[in-house]
Order: sequence, then structure tokens, then C-alpha cells
Amino acid sequence: MKILTQHIDVPGIETIDVYRKHGGYSAVEKAIKTMAPDEVTEEVKKSGLRGRGGAGFPVGMKWSFLAKPEGVPRYLVCNADESEPGTFKDHYLMMKSPHTLIEGMIVSSYALGANTSYIYVRGELMYVINILEKAIQEAYDKGLLGKNILGSGYDLDLFVQPGGGAYICGEETALLESLEGKRGNPRNKPPFPAVKGLYQCPTVVNNVESIAATSWIVNNGGEEYAKIGVGRSAGTKLISVSGHVRKPGVYEIPLGITVEDFIYSDEWCGGIRDGHKLKAVVAGGSSVPILPAELILKTTNGENRLMTYESLSDGGFATGTMLGSGGFIVMDETTCIVHNTLTFARFYHHESCGQCSPCREGTGWMDKVIHRIEHGKGRMEDIDLLVDVAKKIEGNTICPLGDAAAWPVAAAIRHFRDEFEWHVKHPEEATKPGAVFMREGASWTL
Amino acid sequence: MKVTIDNITIEVEPGTTIMQAARQIGAHVAPPAMCYYEPLKGSGGKCRACLVKVTAGSEKDPRPMPKLVPSCITQVQDGMIVENTTSPQVLEARKGVVEFLLLNHPLDCPVCDQAGECHLQDFTFEHGVSKTRTIEERNTFEPQDLGPYIQLNMNRCVLCYRCVYTADQVTEGRVHGVMHRGDHAEISTYIEKAIDNDFSGNVIDVCPVGALTDKTYRFKNRVWFTKPVDAHCDCGKCSGKVTLWYRGDEVIRVTARKNEWGEVQDFICNTCRFERKKTSDWTIEGPMKVARHSVISANKYGASSIKPAFPLKQAAEQYKQIDDNRDRSFLEPQKQLK
Repeated sequence: MKILTQHIDVPGIETIDVYRKHGGYSAVEKAIKTMAPDEVTEEVKKSGLRGRGGAGFPVGMKWSFLAKPEGVPRYLVCNADESEPGTFKDHYLMMKSPHTLIEGMIVSSYALGANTSYIYVRGELMYVINILEKAIQEAYDKGLLGKNILGSGYDLDLFVQPGGGAYICGEETALLESLEGKRGNPRNKPPFPAVKGLYQCPTVVNNVESIAATSWIVNNGGEEYAKIGVGRSAGTKLISVSGHVRKPGVYEIPLGITVEDFIYSDEWCGGIRDGHKLKAVVAGGSSVPILPAELILKTTNGENRLMTYESLSDGGFATGTMLGSGGFIVMDETTCIVHNTLTFARFYHHESCGQCSPCREGTGWMDKVIHRIEHGKGRMEDIDLLVDVAKKIEGNTICPLGDAAAWPVAAAIRHFRDEFEWHVKHPEEATKPGAVFMREGASWTL
Repeated sequence: MKVTIDNITIEVEPGTTIMQAARQIGAHVAPPAMCYYEPLKGSGGKCRACLVKVTAGSEKDPRPMPKLVPSCITQVQDGMIVENTTSPQVLEARKGVVEFLLLNHPLDCPVCDQAGECHLQDFTFEHGVSKTRTIEERNTFEPQDLGPYIQLNMNRCVLCYRCVYTADQVTEGRVHGVMHRGDHAEISTYIEKAIDNDFSGNVIDVCPVGALTDKTYRFKNRVWFTKPVDAHCDCGKCSGKVTLWYRGDEVIRVTARKNEWGEVQDFICNTCRFERKKTSDWTIEGPMKVARHSVISANKYGASSIKPAFPLKQAAEQYKQIDDNRDRSFLEPQKQLK
């Protein structure tokens, strides 16, 4: 079942003519000509579509929170600042099929009553910005954007805004600050963007994938969408797979397939590369807790873990993780978890905005301590220190970057403490190139 | 609206923040503030020193808030119940914040002009632990010249953004700001440039630490050797209400007047601050009110006015047990001698 990537391999799908030949922009016609804005919102609510950016908040509910005072403009902002290590799904979708996003933007803006909408793309993706700009121009030429769309009287202007290349601008309020031309510091909440967002006006910020999915929902009805998937995890999800699998790449999966199936079946990742075994998986982008092989395949109840929001978070953070943004990083037994954790910690150290003290100082501290452990200068107490620092950052910051920095470190120590201890106890051995600790009896030991 | 903070209930106006409500109750309940500065609009929420636990959101919806909230920007609801120092979770989080703030802060208090009136010193003394857990090298910054009046020592900065708000709201046109991000973020002017306008000196007063200090007062004295006196003058540019800091008969520093929370209500101009350093420039009103526990009050009271037993008793009763788990076995023989 493919929704977003159904026609993605058709040659020329990035042009509006080919896109329309494959049923493109039918959702715009259906929504604007036959549906009231509230009806579109209602369909999205019925679909059970959840935000695909990481938090998984129901999109329909987010839309219904939007304040609608008279005489104040409303905005829809598409968050295409995808910068999480391991996540590259939006990039792929926008690059291959920009009209999928633009169609979703028109439908969503119509539902929200927004007359100006923005796509905030991370600055590194300049060529994607060019692709989007070209596609938007095509849509303007065909009368799908601009004044009086399809003769309905509804106006919409769509702009692409390149970011400056900061991970923090993927946080919705930092994104809005950046869009306003200020330093990308997250705002204190409340007030939430639904009340005071862009230019202090009500704003909805949604991920590329969430917005792109709305056109299918309008075409086929929310109930049809809700039938795909399991329970509260409805629909399909783009998963970007990287790491030691045979076929890394972006896959659109119906939510609800088992993790084992996803990793080992030839339809998806095709299994771990030859002669190696699965050691650990980061299931939803670098921010979510890492899980060892036995916990990612089966929950502690012995059930198969499914690719759904609920199943992946089964067991809380003690034995579970999160679906997050769908950045699926697979590691085999040649991976040093300490080194991997250092990479993540260094990333968050580099990307912290520096506004609130726990995140500004804590991310740097964790980076330095893990760096020492990795380079053979660790002390035993450093491991508990890391856990404590992570605990003191978590939940005490303005935005979720603090949590995102703390979770991977805490989880790595929770599940791979012996590996950290081995680095401290055997610095000479551990600092040799390619040296990896092998836990006795672990499923990934060869 | 009724709000209960640390089991003390108070009636406040709608729109009051938890911090303001706590300050109305008194200093023993008020959470510490490193970045929040009431006269500056938009300040607060950054340092996380004032985090409190809300155990009941309001009368209507008595669910607790899931995370600790910054009291300086969270508005009270009717029937809200807040735990400040009565919550171990809050105290633990504050210990963390102290540790984070000190992580890259140089411990150069002995040569720092701010020592004695430093919010970070107070905050650390009240909420921190006496031991450090870090062995990492501290981040340092290249020195920056901000002109003839203001001395910037970026290594001491805690990035409270107060000076940025001050420049935005008090002066005409801001030339400095925060560059870079994360723990290498720094206060700086974009291309090296002097901060030069009539009210620029106020950034010195709002700085909670010794990052921005008065160049004309630099290394001249320790604050506890000086005598603060309230004075005013007829200034065309500002209110002219200041505090003069005397050493002997000499005015060595002029600052704006600060309230109980260390906040300036009437910002003063640079002429008053840097140029008028003679007693004849001023009409003296009388000694500044200094809290007894403040180090500034040291050396101000003659031996006759306080009996030595009084401070000793105060110290014994008021001060907390020092959080210190060093080996104390060497003290024991003395006990036996007794």
C-alpha cells in the first residue's frame, strides 16, 4: 500500500503535466469545489493521521486548536527543516515529487483558511529549494496557486524559505522565529503557535509528510486512511533506513508490519549485510533511545514489536523507544556503541541554540565526557555522571532539544553499560581502530 | 485569584506570574532568578533557575503539570498550588542548574569586580553543592573591546540576554547581541564596535554576573569596603536617582538604584554614571538600604552596634548545613578531647 510514493518513480513526475496525468491535484479540485474548509478538517480528523515529524500528535486535533479571530490572518507553515541524523524521508519526497507536497499545502491551507503559506526548507538543500520553486511556478501558471484558485474565490500564496542550516530551526517556534528573520531561538510556550505563531498570528506548523498525506485523505476519505495501519497508528509512514542493511533507502510502509519483517524481508531492508548480525537499532532518528537487537524485535512480553507508535514505545523508555521521525538506523556487531553515542552527543552539542542553561552547558559536558571515555581517558564515575547529567537536562529545557540530547545517552548507558565499562577498564584495547566489545552470550556475538 | 506557594496562600491579580506572586509573599519563598528581570519586557524563561513544581494547575483542573515550569513566565491560575523549596525535585533540578551555570564559569571571584553583588554567587551559595564533578577544561573566549566605559568578560557570561533586552528597550539602537550558538554562543558586537549611546551603561547594572563591568571602576575596590549612599541630581536625560559608592570621601562608582531583587527601576544615563563622580554633583539622600545578610553590609556596623554573639547565633541558626561529604574523621580526636 503506497500513498505518497505511489508514482514517485514515474519519469517526469516533478513536472505538473505528468503529475496531473497520474491523478495529481484532484484533491485540490475536490476540496475547493465541493467541500467546505471544516469538512476537510473533519476528514483529516477521521483519518487518524498523526504528525510525522516525530512527536506523533494527531494532525486533525492540531488543526482544530487553531484560533480563528476575525480580521487576523492565519498561516500554514510546512516544516521541511529535516535535519535529524538518520532521517531523510522529506528530502526524498520533495526532491522526487515536489507537487505531492504542494498539493497537500493547497488542501491544508484551504482547510485552515490560510491565504499565505510557507515551506521552510533547510538551507543545505538548495537544489531541493530550486525544484520546489520551479514546481510552485508551474502551479501558479496553471491557476492552482495565486488569486481565485480554480474560480472558487480562494486565494493562496505559497513561499519557499531556505533556513540557515540549524537543526534547532526544526523546532516549530524556533522555525517561526527564523522565518520572521530573527535568531532561531525557540520561544517559551505557552502561548502555542496555534494562538500566537508567525508574526503573532495563529499558525499551524506541520511536517512535509503529514501535509502530503492530506491530499490522499481528501480524495479517498478519512475512513479509508484509518483502515490502513493498526489502532491509533493509521496510514502509511516513510521510513528512511540507513546503516548495516542490504538495502538502505526510503520505504513507505503501512504502519503495523513487524520490525523483524521490516529488517529482514526482501521487500524492505533485505536483512543485515552478509556475515553479520543485528546488534542495535535506533528506530526513529538520533533523538530516540537506542535498543539492542533482542528488545527491538520483541517486547518484554514476548510479543513481536510492530512498526507503530504504540508498539515501539511499549515498555516506556526502560525497554522501549519511539517511532519518532522514522530515521531507522541499523547497526551490526561491528558498531561501537560508545563511538556511536559520541557522534550523537557531538551533534547535539553543536546544534544546541545556547538559550537555556541545562541544554547549552549539559550537551557540551556530555560530549566532552563521552569523548574522554571513547579516547581511553574515562573514569568509572563518568558513566553515572552521564546518567545524572542527562536526567538533569531532560524536561528542564525550553524546547525538546534538551530531551533529544539526553535520551540517546541515557539509553545507550541503560542498554550497553558493559560496553562503556569496558572502555574505561581497557583503554588501550578500546582505542585500537575497529575494536568493539563483545558481550558474552549476546545474540549479536558471532 | 488565589494561589498557594509552599503552603502559603496569597490573593493576586489575574495575569500575575508565579514569580511575582512568590515575591509578594517574601524573599524566603521567591525562586531565584538569573535571567528574569521584571522591568525588561520579554526577559525570563532562559536560565531555568526558577523552575517550580505545580502540583495542581487550577481549581477547575487540579491536575499537576507534567514538567517543572519556569515560574517567571508562568501565569497563576485560580487555585494553583506551587511547590518551590518544599519539593525535592525542584531542589534537585536547581542543583543541576547551578552546576550547569558554573561548568564554564571561571572561579575568579577573588579578582572579579562583581563579587559580593553577584547573583550567581548568591544562587550557588543558596542552591548549589560545594563540590564540582567536572574535570573538563572550561570554554574560553577571545577578549572583546566594547569601548571606553564597558568591560566585557565573556568567560563569565551566563547568557541571560538581559543586556540584549536592555539595549533594545532602554537605549536607542542595539549594536551588540548574541553570536554563535550552544556553549560557544557569546555576547558581542558584529564587527568590533564600541557600544556608544547615552544609556549604554545600564547593561552593567542588569548583568547578573561579572561579564559586563564598569571600566571606570575596574579593580578599584571590593564592594564590601565601599559605602553606598542614595543620591539624586537634576539630570535632563534621566531620572537622576542613583546610588553613590564611596570609599572614604571619594565617589568611586555610580550605579542605578536596585530594589530588593536586584532590579533597576529607573535606568540612568551615562553622564550620571560615568562623569559625575564628585559629591558636589549630587544631593545626598542618605545611606542605601542594605540587607543585613548581604556582604555589602559588612564593615558598615561598628562593634558597638552588634554584639559578636548575634552574628554567631545567626550563623548557627540560619545557615544550612554545608553539603560536604569529605572525610571528617580527622575531627574526631578533638571531640574526644572535649
